[in-house]
Amino acid sequence: MASNGKSSERQKIAQQRLRIIAGHLRKQEELDHTDIAAQECKAESNSNAATPNSMPRKRQEIMKWNGWGYSDSRFLFNKKGQAEFTGKRYRLSGLILPSLKDWFEGTFGANLQHKSPATPAINASAVHPPNLSESFVEELKATGIPFSHDTEDRVFRAHGHCLHEIFALREGRFGRCPDMVVWPNCHNDVVKIVELACKHNVCLMPYGGGTSVSSALECPPEEKRSIVSLDTSQMNRILWIDEKNLTAHVEAGIIGQDLERLLNESGYCTGHEPDSMEFSSLGGWVATRASGMKKNIYGNIEDLVVHIKMVTPRGVIEKSCQGPRVSTGPDVHHFILGSEGTLGVVTEVTMKIRPVPEYQKYGSVVFPNFQAGVACLREVAKQRCAPASIRLMDNEQFQFGHALKPQESSIFTSFVEGLKKFYITKFKGFDPHQLCVATLLFEGDREKVLQHEKQVYDIAAKFGGLAAGEDNGQRGYMLTFVIAYLRDLGMEYYVIGESFETSVPWDRVLDLCRNVKERIIRECKDKGVQFAPLSTCRVTQTYDAGACVYFYFAFNYRGLSDPLSVYLQVEHAAREEILANGGSLSHHHGVGKLRKEWMRETISDVGVGMLKSVKEYVDPDNIFGNRNLL
Amino acid sequence: MKGSLCTEKTPEPGEFTDILEERRRNSDLSYALRTFSPQPYKGHPPTSASALHQAVLDSHYLRYVTQEVATESGEPVDVIREEAAGILEEMSHNLQLSFIRLLGYTLSKVFKRVFRRILVNEEGLNKLQQAIQEYPVILMPNHRSYVDFLVLSYVLFTYDLSIPVIAAGIPLMGMKLIGEILRRSGAFFIRRAIGSDKLYWAVLSEYVKTIVRTGSAPLEFYVEGLRSRTLKSLNPKLGMMHMVLEPFFKGEVYDICLVPISISYDRVLEESLLAHELLGVPKPKESTTGLLKARKVLEDDYGSMHLCFGQPLSVRELSKGRISRSQYNLVPRDLPQKPSEETQAFVSMVAHGVVRLQERGVVLSPWSLMALVLLQNYGGLALDSLAQRTAWLRGLALKFGALLDWPAQVPDEEVMLSSVSLHGSLVCCEEGRVFLLDEQGSSAAVSSVSPEEAVLKRAAVVLMCASYRNQALHVFVRPALVAVAMPTAPSSRKEDVFTQFKFLQELFSNEFVFVPGMAIQDFEEGCSLLLRCGALQISGQELTVTEDEQEIASFLRAILQPFIQTYQVVFQHLTVDGSQVFTERQYIPVLRSYVLKLILAGELHTYEALSSDTQKNVLHTLLRMEAVTKMKTGDQSKFIVNKADIQRIGDILAGRRPAQSAAFSRL
Repeated sequence: MASNGKSSERQKIAQQRLRIIAGHLRKQEELDHTDIAAQECKAESNSNAATPNSMPRKRQEIMKWNGWGYSDSRFLFNKKGQAEFTGKRYRLSGLILPSLKDWFEGTFGANLQHKSPATPAINASAVHPPNLSESFVEELKATGIPFSHDTEDRVFRAHGHCLHEIFALREGRFGRCPDMVVWPNCHNDVVKIVELACKHNVCLMPYGGGTSVSSALECPPEEKRSIVSLDTSQMNRILWIDEKNLTAHVEAGIIGQDLERLLNESGYCTGHEPDSMEFSSLGGWVATRASGMKKNIYGNIEDLVVHIKMVTPRGVIEKSCQGPRVSTGPDVHHFILGSEGTLGVVTEVTMKIRPVPEYQKYGSVVFPNFQAGVACLREVAKQRCAPASIRLMDNEQFQFGHALKPQESSIFTSFVEGLKKFYITKFKGFDPHQLCVATLLFEGDREKVLQHEKQVYDIAAKFGGLAAGEDNGQRGYMLTFVIAYLRDLGMEYYVIGESFETSVPWDRVLDLCRNVKERIIRECKDKGVQFAPLSTCRVTQTYDAGACVYFYFAFNYRGLSDPLSVYLQVEHAAREEILANGGSLSHHHGVGKLRKEWMRETISDVGVGMLKSVKEYVDPDNIFGNRNLL
Repeated sequence: MKGSLCTEKTPEPGEFTDILEERRRNSDLSYALRTFSPQPYKGHPPTSASALHQAVLDSHYLRYVTQEVATESGEPVDVIREEAAGILEEMSHNLQLSFIRLLGYTLSKVFKRVFRRILVNEEGLNKLQQAIQEYPVILMPNHRSYVDFLVLSYVLFTYDLSIPVIAAGIPLMGMKLIGEILRRSGAFFIRRAIGSDKLYWAVLSEYVKTIVRTGSAPLEFYVEGLRSRTLKSLNPKLGMMHMVLEPFFKGEVYDICLVPISISYDRVLEESLLAHELLGVPKPKESTTGLLKARKVLEDDYGSMHLCFGQPLSVRELSKGRISRSQYNLVPRDLPQKPSEETQAFVSMVAHGVVRLQERGVVLSPWSLMALVLLQNYGGLALDSLAQRTAWLRGLALKFGALLDWPAQVPDEEVMLSSVSLHGSLVCCEEGRVFLLDEQGSSAAVSSVSPEEAVLKRAAVVLMCASYRNQALHVFVRPALVAVAMPTAPSSRKEDVFTQFKFLQELFSNEFVFVPGMAIQDFEEGCSLLLRCGALQISGQELTVTEDEQEIASFLRAILQPFIQTYQVVFQHLTVDGSQVFTERQYIPVLRSYVLKLILAGELHTYEALSSDTQKNVLHTLLRMEAVTKMKTGDQSKFIVNKADIQRIGDILAGRRPAQSAAFSRL
């Protein structure tokens, strides 16, 4: 490789710097990491990492291979036909959800008698045997970095969580899979792997949390080279915390929940909480320009990142200082942020941290209709007083949220009836089929939170909003974490669905929401879907100049000969509709391969050319060959 | 909803039902006072007139324009805003159900007296009912008579459908009392010559767009812009069409539903008024007393009226691949924006397409076909041969896809006689011969009448008769143009015939409505209709008229003769006898006396050449083809004639020289 000499020289410098930093740290505090300096990092020393590994190399031991999340957590309808959520991990775990069945059957026209079960286990013979580059494997072995070409390991990393990907797994269909998986333990391991890949012309695909919903992890079927999935999960240490500047230097494979938990132990947090934070990784956030629920206080990933180290076929890219803002030409971080694994592997990131907030409070406001809700959010954004999180659910989603109420309710009143009664008595004059709810999360000093709360509720009142309690608010956020589990339940009963997002200027929010929801309904009808789909949205983030909108859509596919193709066509049409209404191609999910057909019209020919020329310089042999983005 | 303007096959309108039958049996009062509960758009109750008013005044768009106008004029914004409020005041409808009830009662009385039947296709109404609940609906009727104006509201009231708001011309408002009644029946009023009055445009377009956006009521407007004086379709006006479609372009509504509606009459109430207007007797100003005088008119029998509700059209579907809605992404939608070329082309296509669909839905009476025959036989003809010719023509019309209201199981001669008696003011049947009257029942020339007056009287009858023929022209015009093109093209090669066809189409595009950019399809349609009736044969690239069916081709050619002759006469006037420069005011009178002279001298037999409508069309055509240029000097417009160009056009029309070949790649 041409850049060999250069990169090893850089490596030397980097190692020296790390040694010095590590020295500082040891002096300052008792640090458990013995392997903090890069040159000491050995694959074998994995076991003595201080971080308890919540993500094992064999992910399938704790996670589903063909669905979302932990194996022990799932929704099911028990023998009495009641929905329950298994396991012990979540607030909902072990609880009965009496309203879910009615809602499920009523919304989708589904029937508990009609099941569409998944293939129980991976049929290894359906997976093509690995196409290994023997010379690469040979040299890799010599480095001692662990790897595997076990079928389960390969299948697990062949997909993200798009509907079509999970649907295929449930049917026991496997496309092109990575031929092997490697687990680097630190930055230097990555440097070695990338060097070997370049030397032996092997295709590398970085794999972080595996929560992609953009087909980014799909192996290009046309790829003839051996594909190596580079699983970053073992690079999961916090290397140092700088309390003077409030930053933390972290290995990029760490997953969100571990990062927060570990920082919490020191009294800090990043405040970055994307909905996928249980599983998604820091490197993945950087590579896709992730956004967190509490971005109003903490910022999105691009605001949080101070320094990035990325290994590319050309060598390592990083900045020389941690100045909080610099004017040194276009920010090279922005080539990395959103590069979606096409340029290299993000190995280490310095991130801003904040003291853990003293006080947190949920809240909710009910509005007579969606229009009033959007007007309120717009005003909140205008006054720049958005709480840590403010989200507005439409009526359908509000009802959906209620269906997840675990409490005992009378079996004699149906779900909607009960809802009607409650809201008509509580909110006079509100039409239960029109009203919608905003969920709020405040964070900070207790006193300031209460002040802030009052300010927001006062604004809401101007738009006809009435405070509707903490409970509704909290349930709204809970929905976020269980929605993906719910999709798996739906798939057991002929219901398939997906979520997607966009960002849009304020004045177009209402039009876009209405038109996209309508488009989904009509496309489903045109394509022969028997029962009207669930087509719902919420405004999940506010900005000065616009908002982020999130759509859910799901339908009952009984009677369709090719449900997947119907689904894909509807999703495609919905995206076209978003773009026609002034929405963006993506707010935070990224482009991957699913949305790349629209890149040219999104960023113009010249824009595509710019990105291409960067790719050509950084990775001329397309080692990072996942073919996302361009 | 339908997503195509393709009119290859006329959609079946379904059975027609007479709504007066029920009215004749039951009380008009209880009809007018019954429970009226239409299903509104999206289940929302309609917006009140005052809420609409306020929404328009509060709109960002209007605020922006008032600010702009204030800056330009130097007047304070408040003054401009007040002016805008005044315009809106003058414009706004004030739809009230009580007035619709009053109207329902009164119109029942009037309609029962004047018409034998009012026929509507309930299938079309069912589709409309569906559409009203799901989309903002635009009702787009043709405009043939003042009666059109409220008949739609009447029908919708009868069928328990939302009452439309209706775009009307300001002159109607000027009528005492009537103006106010119309306003309360849902009419809103638009000035005739808006020109470049920016503020007026802004108020109007925001008003229209708000109606569409909120879907507060179906919007009814005449895409032809005005009442057709000749009963021929008019080329559409695009301003209103654009305003109506813009909320869709900008994503403010999911879709818009256009409903073409074809209204046709056995006999039009203002037939004689219209003919005299065309001959230069000025039209009386619309006034209430004028209307009262018209009461005499109400004593007469006007036969049946047909309303054919067409297949609803989805603007979203129509715009697929033609309009990129994302073109509005980068500019606030509230700001005025010049429409892009693709938008203009689309609006024009839709407007023309709707007119075409209106034509397709017109239900023709036997009289329209008889008029076609009679006008080719000025001197009259025997009843049995009229019946035979008309029956033959009926077969042809049906093959060409016309909708006919031909009484079943009645001998043809009886059908003829009943039409003759309905149109007793135009024709009579004596001793087994049917001929056109001179004027108002006096077949014998009165000696006190000057020869000029006699010609004009005769012309009035001819023009009235021609207007009924005109209702049927759309059925024949494409094959007729092919039939005319064939002998005048330089060869019988398809390419040459098409070139000539395209020339004719362009020449007559003020006369007949063609969707722009569809010449090839029109030509193919004309050819295929001729093939269908056996009048044409195509061998290789050669088009020839079949020996057996010479009659069809010559009949079709004869249909267009009055137009061709009038155009040639005007050309002759402009190139040979007229002066090189003339003013707008001079054009018609000078031309009229020229034509009159030719007729008196026996050199011209086409009385239709006296129609000011056709005369104006010729001038517009020549302007469009740049054979005449318009010069503005002060208040006066002058026209400068390019005699050589006109000569050339006349030569091509007569087949004396070839037209410049047109793009022909797709044939």
